[in-house]
Amino acid sequence: MSYHAPALRLGLWHRYIPGWREPAALLLVLGVMVLLGSGARQMLAPFVPAHQPEISLDPAALPLYTLRSVIRMLAALAASLLFTFTYATLAAKSRRAEMILVPLLDVLQSVPVLGYLSFTVVFFVSLFPGNILGPELAAIFAIFTSQAWNMAFSFFQALRTVPNDLDEASRSFRASAWQRFWRLEVPFAMPGLIWNMMMSMSGGWFFVVASEAISVGGLHIALPGVGSYVARAIEERNLAAVGWAIAAMTVAILLYDQLLFRPMVAWADKFRFEQTATQVTSKSWVLDLLRRSRLLHRLLHPLGRGVERAARARLALPARPQWLGGWSLPRSYGDPLWHTAVAALVLYIGWRLLRYAAPTLGWDDVATVVRNGGLTFLRVALLIVLASLIWVPLGVAIGLRPRLTQVVQPVAQFLAAFPANLMFPVAVVLIVRYDLSPRIWLTPLMILGTQWYILFNVIAGASAFPGDLREAAACFRVRRRRWWREVMLPGIFPYYVTGAITASGGAWNASIVSEAVSWGPTKLNASGLGAYIAQMTDAGDYPRIALGIAMMSLLVVGMNRLLWRPLYLFAERRTRLD
Amino acid sequence: MHDNPGAPVIELRKVSMAFAKPSGEPLPVLTDIDLAVHEGEILGLLGRSGSGKSTLLRVAAGLIHPSSGQALYHGTPLAGPAAGIAVVFQTYALYPWLTVLQNVELGLDALDLPLQEARKRAMAAIDLIGLDGFQSAYPRELSGGMRQRVGFARAVVSDPTLLLMDEPFSALDVLTAETLRTDFLDLWTESQLPIKAVLMVTHNIEEAVLMCDRILVLASNPGRIAAEIRVPLPQPRSRLDTEFRAIVDEIYSILTARMAEAIGAQSQVHGGLAQHLPDVSINRIGGFVETLTAPPYGGQAELPDFARALALEVNELFPIAAALHILEFAEVKEGAIKLTAAGRIYAQSGTEARKRLFKEHLLRFVPLVAHIRRVLEERADHEAPLERFELELQDHLNQNDADSTLRAAIGWGRYAELFSYSDARRRFTLGPV
Repeated sequence: MSYHAPALRLGLWHRYIPGWREPAALLLVLGVMVLLGSGARQMLAPFVPAHQPEISLDPAALPLYTLRSVIRMLAALAASLLFTFTYATLAAKSRRAEMILVPLLDVLQSVPVLGYLSFTVVFFVSLFPGNILGPELAAIFAIFTSQAWNMAFSFFQALRTVPNDLDEASRSFRASAWQRFWRLEVPFAMPGLIWNMMMSMSGGWFFVVASEAISVGGLHIALPGVGSYVARAIEERNLAAVGWAIAAMTVAILLYDQLLFRPMVAWADKFRFEQTATQVTSKSWVLDLLRRSRLLHRLLHPLGRGVERAARARLALPARPQWLGGWSLPRSYGDPLWHTAVAALVLYIGWRLLRYAAPTLGWDDVATVVRNGGLTFLRVALLIVLASLIWVPLGVAIGLRPRLTQVVQPVAQFLAAFPANLMFPVAVVLIVRYDLSPRIWLTPLMILGTQWYILFNVIAGASAFPGDLREAAACFRVRRRRWWREVMLPGIFPYYVTGAITASGGAWNASIVSEAVSWGPTKLNASGLGAYIAQMTDAGDYPRIALGIAMMSLLVVGMNRLLWRPLYLFAERRTRLD
Repeated sequence: MHDNPGAPVIELRKVSMAFAKPSGEPLPVLTDIDLAVHEGEILGLLGRSGSGKSTLLRVAAGLIHPSSGQALYHGTPLAGPAAGIAVVFQTYALYPWLTVLQNVELGLDALDLPLQEARKRAMAAIDLIGLDGFQSAYPRELSGGMRQRVGFARAVVSDPTLLLMDEPFSALDVLTAETLRTDFLDLWTESQLPIKAVLMVTHNIEEAVLMCDRILVLASNPGRIAAEIRVPLPQPRSRLDTEFRAIVDEIYSILTARMAEAIGAQSQVHGGLAQHLPDVSINRIGGFVETLTAPPYGGQAELPDFARALALEVNELFPIAAALHILEFAEVKEGAIKLTAAGRIYAQSGTEARKRLFKEHLLRFVPLVAHIRRVLEERADHEAPLERFELELQDHLNQNDADSTLRAAIGWGRYAELFSYSDARRRFTLGPV
C-alpha cells in the first residue's frame, strides 16, 4: 500500500481506473429521470374529492411526498420559461403590445399568489373531472404564478438592452428572427434569467406548501406532498411531524441546489457579457462530472447536435409580398385607434366587474378593506425598517470579512430559499403556550422568510465594496459615524435597495398565510389585509376576495412606483462615476 | 485602377438622413450624399465624430433606411441587409458565448448550408485570416487584435463582394493596428479575398492615405462631402514618402479650413447658439497651449507634425484645436496652428490670472455661456433648469452635439466660476451651490 501513496497524493490515481465517471454520471442522470418519471405518473390517478387518499404522517412517506412537491415545482418552472419566452418577446418586439403587456405584468406581479389559487382551482378541477390532474394543475398554476413574472421581466429587460453592435452584426448577416432569438437574445438574457429562476424557485417553495392543501369554499383538496403533510400535522397538533417536514425540505433544497442550479450557474458562466477574463468562476461538481463523462457525452451528442441544428434553422417567415412593401399602419392613425380599443376593453371589463360586485359589496366593505390594508402596510413598513436595522450592520460586518462571507453567504441564500411557512407552527405553538397577543407576535412571521434577501444582498454589496475606497477611508481616519453615512451606506445602497424590494414584495405575499394561522382547533387572527383575504377564501366569498386582492395589488404597485423605483433609480445614478 | 474605374458595386444616390427635433421638425444629419464604390477600389470616408460617416456606412449596409434617396447594390435598390455585403465593426461585435469557430460560422447562418460544409468554409476563413489554433477559444480569451481578426474572418467567410469597415482598427493599440492593416492589405493586393470593393470609415488620416485609393472628406452639420482626394500611390505605401506626406498635409489643410469656416459661420447665425462646442477639458487646453509655447514650436506648429509628436489622433487633436480657435487663444489655418497674443499670455500665467483671462474670453467668444450667465442674472432666484438650454440647442444641433456642447459649456463655466451647476437637480445657479 505504501508504494501507492505518492501516486494517490499526486492525484494521478484516477488515470488507472478508467472511466469511473461514466457509471457515476449515468447513474445520476438515470436516477433523476426515473424518480421524476415515477412521481409524475401518479399525477394521473383517478380522483374524487370525497375519497381522497389519506395523508400519512409517517416520516417514511415523506421522501415520496417531497418528490411530488419537487415535480410540481419543476413543472411550474417549465411553464414559467415558456411564458417568459413568449410573453416577454411579444412585449419587447411590438410597441403596441408593450403598452398593454408591461403594465399588466406589473399588476400580475403584485397580485398575491394565493389570490390566483382561489379563483382558478374550481376551473382546473372542472377541466378534468374525476382525475387528480385537475387539482394538480391548479397547484402547478399557483406555483407558476409565484415564479413567472420576475422571469418575464428580466427577459424583457435583457431583450431591450441587447448591445447595439451585436444586434447590427446579426442583422448584417441576415439572421432570421428565429436564429436571432436562440443565438443572440436568449444567450444574452441567460445569466439574468437563471438568477431569476433561482429566486423564483425560492418563492415557489413557499407556495408549494400553501397550494397543496387547498380549501376554497366547500372544496377541500389535499394533494400528496410536503404542504399537505404539514397541513395535516398542524391539524393534529403534531410538532414532531412538522420537524420531519422541515428536515425533508432541507434535504430537498440542498439537493436541487447541487443537482440543478449549481450546474446551471456554472454553465451559464460563458454567457456573461463582459469580455474580460475573470478569476472567479462558478464551479459545480455535477457539471464537471457530466462534461467529462465520455459515455454520457456520446449518448447526449446526437441530442446536442439536434438542438444546435434547431437553433440554426432559419425558419424565416415568408417575406412580405412585394406590393405591401414596407407599409404599415402609420402611427398617426394606428396609435389612437389602438388606444381607443384598449380603453374600450378596460372600460368594459371594469363595468362587468362593477356589475358583478355591486349587489354584494357596500361602502363599509371598502372601508374594512382600506383599514385592513393600512394595518398590513404599517406592518410591512415596520418590518422592513426593523430588518434593515438588524441586517445592514451585520451584513456589512460579514461582507468585509471574506472568510466569514464564504461561510455565511450560502447559509443566507439557503435560508432565503427555505419556505418559512414550515416554521410557522413552531412560532404559533410558542404564542399559544405563552398566551401572547397575535396582533403583535404574528407580525414577524411575514418577514421570516424574506429578510434574508436583505442580508445576502448587503453582504454581496459590502464584499464588492472597492478596496481602495476602504483604504482611503482608513488612511484619512474617517470617524465612525461619517464612515457609515458617507462611505459604507452609499456604497451598499444599490444592493440594499434590491434586497429590500424583494423582501417587501415577499412580505406582502406572505401576509395571507401569516396573518391568520391555526394550530389544531386554535385559530389565531392578527387582522389585516392578508387575514381578510384568507378568511374570505375560506368562506368562498369571491367578490370580497377580489376586493381584498385589488386593494393589495394597489398597495404593492403604489409602493413600488412611489418608493422603490425612485430609490432604485437614485441608487443607480449616484453610484456611477462616469 | 482609379484611371479606369470598374463597375460601381454600391452607389448612394441623393441620400439624406434626418432625425426629429423635440419640436417635431426634421434635423438633417446627412444631406444629398452621392457616392459610388467601384470594383477594385478601397474608398475611405474621413470626418470628425458626428459627421455622419458611420450613419452613411449603415445605409450602405442596409441596416438603416435613409430619409430620402436610395442605396443601389449592383444597380438594384437595397431593401435591407443583402447577401454579398459584409460588415466589420469597430467594437468587433463578437458573441461572447460562442467560440471563434462558432462566431465565424455565424456569418454563414443565412445561407442555410449543411453543417459539414459550413464548418469547412469557416475553417478555411480562419486559416486565411491567421487564426489557426484559436478555433475553440472564446472571445474573452483573445487579445483585441485577435478579436478583430475573428471579425474579419466572420466577414469574409460568406464570400462577400463588398466589405464595409466601420473604424476597424481604432479600438486597437498602435502596433496591433499596424499589423492588422498590413495583413489586410497583403490579402487585398494579392487578390486572395473574394471581395471586389471596400468602403471604410475612419478618423485616422494616415490610415486613410495608407489604405485607400480614394478618400471622401465629410463636413458636418449637416454631413456632406467636402472634398474628394485620390491617392495614386502603388501599394505597399510608405509613410515617409514625400508624396504620401503631401497628401496627408493636403487633407489636414482641408480639414482645418473647414473647421475655421464652420466656426466662423456658426457664430454668425442664431445669435451663436448653433455653435457646436467641443467637450474638451481645461487640462487638455492647458497642456496643449504650454507644449505649443515651448520650444521647438515657439507658438506655432504644423498640425501633422504636432499630432505625430504628441501621439494624438485626429479625433483628439481637432477638438482641442477647435476649442482654442473658438476661444481665440489660437488660430487654425492651412493645416497649421498659431497662438494668439492672448494665447501666449494664457500659457505663461498662473492659476488665478488664467481663470480671469479664460472668463473674459468665454464671455466674449462663446455666446452660449454668455447667454446662460445672462439668464441667471435676469432671473429673480438666479436659477435655471438645464432643460431650458437643452431645448434651445436641440433646435440647431443633433442630440449628441447638443449634449457635448452643454457638457463643454458647463465644464468651462464652472472653471471660470461664471455659474454653478448641480447634476442631481439638473439646474444652473449663479452663486456657489
